[in-house]
Amino acid sequence: METFIPLLTIFMLAVFVGFEVITKVPPLLHTPLMSGSNAISGITIIGALLSTASSSRATVILGFLALVIATINVVGGFMVTHRMLDMFRKKD
Amino acid sequence: MDSVFINFIYLIASVFFILGIRGLTHPRTAVQGNLLGAGGMLLAVIATLLDQQIFGVGFNTYAVILGGLILGGAIGATVALKIEMTAMPEMVALLNSFGGGASALVAGAVLIGLANLSTQTTVATAFSGLIGSVTFWGSLVAFAKLRGILLPDDPVIFKGQQLLNGALGLAAVALGAMVVAEPGTIGFYVGLVCLSSVLGVLLTIPIGGADMPVAIALLNSYSGLAAASTGFVLSNNILIITGSLVGASGLILTRIMTKAMNRSLINVLVGAIAKSGGTKTDSDAVYAGRVKNTSAEEVAMLLDGARRVVIVPGYGLAVSQAQHQVRELASLLETRGVEVEYAIHPVAGRMPGHMNVLLAEADVDYDKLKEMDVINSSFEQTDVSIVIGANDIVNPDARTNPSSPIAGMPILNVDQSRTVVVIKRSLSPGFAGIPNPLFAADNALMLFGDGKQAVLDLVAAVKETA
Repeated sequence: METFIPLLTIFMLAVFVGFEVITKVPPLLHTPLMSGSNAISGITIIGALLSTASSSRATVILGFLALVIATINVVGGFMVTHRMLDMFRKKD
Repeated sequence: MDSVFINFIYLIASVFFILGIRGLTHPRTAVQGNLLGAGGMLLAVIATLLDQQIFGVGFNTYAVILGGLILGGAIGATVALKIEMTAMPEMVALLNSFGGGASALVAGAVLIGLANLSTQTTVATAFSGLIGSVTFWGSLVAFAKLRGILLPDDPVIFKGQQLLNGALGLAAVALGAMVVAEPGTIGFYVGLVCLSSVLGVLLTIPIGGADMPVAIALLNSYSGLAAASTGFVLSNNILIITGSLVGASGLILTRIMTKAMNRSLINVLVGAIAKSGGTKTDSDAVYAGRVKNTSAEEVAMLLDGARRVVIVPGYGLAVSQAQHQVRELASLLETRGVEVEYAIHPVAGRMPGHMNVLLAEADVDYDKLKEMDVINSSFEQTDVSIVIGANDIVNPDARTNPSSPIAGMPILNVDQSRTVVVIKRSLSPGFAGIPNPLFAADNALMLFGDGKQAVLDLVAAVKETA
């Protein structure tokens, strides 16, 4: 339990940072915000990577599956967000 | 590699994520912000690959990792490049689903792989399994509904639904407690995941059509919470920080959406508008003999004398993919000195910001996309408002009829402009299932037809009046 409180502290502080930053995003960009934050939530990819290094075969299989879908989430999310944001550039 | 060093890299990546989201506060800095986010992710992945747990376990592990990255990357890139802008709600739902699924899988992998788990780990694992599975299946249901495959767009409601959901929820919590009590018995975790999956489906099927923006925003929040919870499983800061950022983002969007519909979250989640409180008005009584049909030529003449025109897009614009034609019409009017702006209702379309993306795709300058609060006061000075494929968000009943199911919902006051042209297939009701008195108003003209074709006809007619 000794790590729980520090982790919870980080969680709470990050929630507040999130609220501060995200309320400033204009409705114009709400769709890219969703796809972009979605891509970022693919951070679970790190957990997937660590799981593939296990000595247990079942863990490796689950880790591999997680790795594939987390990678789709990350790569697909950032790329589609980029495509969208590119359209919001000022045309000269 | 030293874990202090790796954690330091994680810290830098977290800062990148926060700065990246901050970049999204303005279109000018948004592209750079997204790239910052992607850079942060790359940093985090590289740092993880250098972790002792992976580094040095041999070639096999790296082969597995490389295979997973290439496979996932190829699928992700292909979908991201091919998907149409009109299908963005489906895309986001699908990505969401994968994020949630990954969290549930990782938590399961940890549970199987490690002996002597602490209480913190097991509790967090149960949590990840629950939220991850709900997110995975809930988002898949949202995807199917948006695509119109397997499931209807309308709410699916049956007797005792809430009771069943409540019972399933309690059973899931009980199974979660068993996972904590006996982490060695994998069956409990599998049961928890199965039960949560059913729950995810049941929680999402009553949410229909126009309520989708809320569902997607909420599921987005869940996927963040699932990631944060997995962070507690692994005692990993970057997962916690990132997950809570995304969780907060989804919650804020959910609140903005429910506020824009003047409904509570619960009301949306149980699909209440379909069951509809308030008195049903008979559509014949509203429309009988008062609806005026118009033609493209007549509208072109109206536009010829107009100084200010406001275009109001709705979901119908996305369905008929009319954004490019609308832009063409607007450009044509602008070359004749007409001031053209777009009025964007927060819940127009099927996800937050849906209309903005479509119009940006058609090269509409974002300065012309006006939020509801900004543009509403200017309708009185507007000569012609053109409503394309929108219904409930321009229904004046919301303002004037306190017994209407949508009473109190903020709407775009198009009825205050001198003339309103409504482009629509028929007089059929919108998602709220109620008639719209706007269509029978003295200053309203109906231009029946498919959105894209109708606008094409308008463009041709306007060219002829030159």
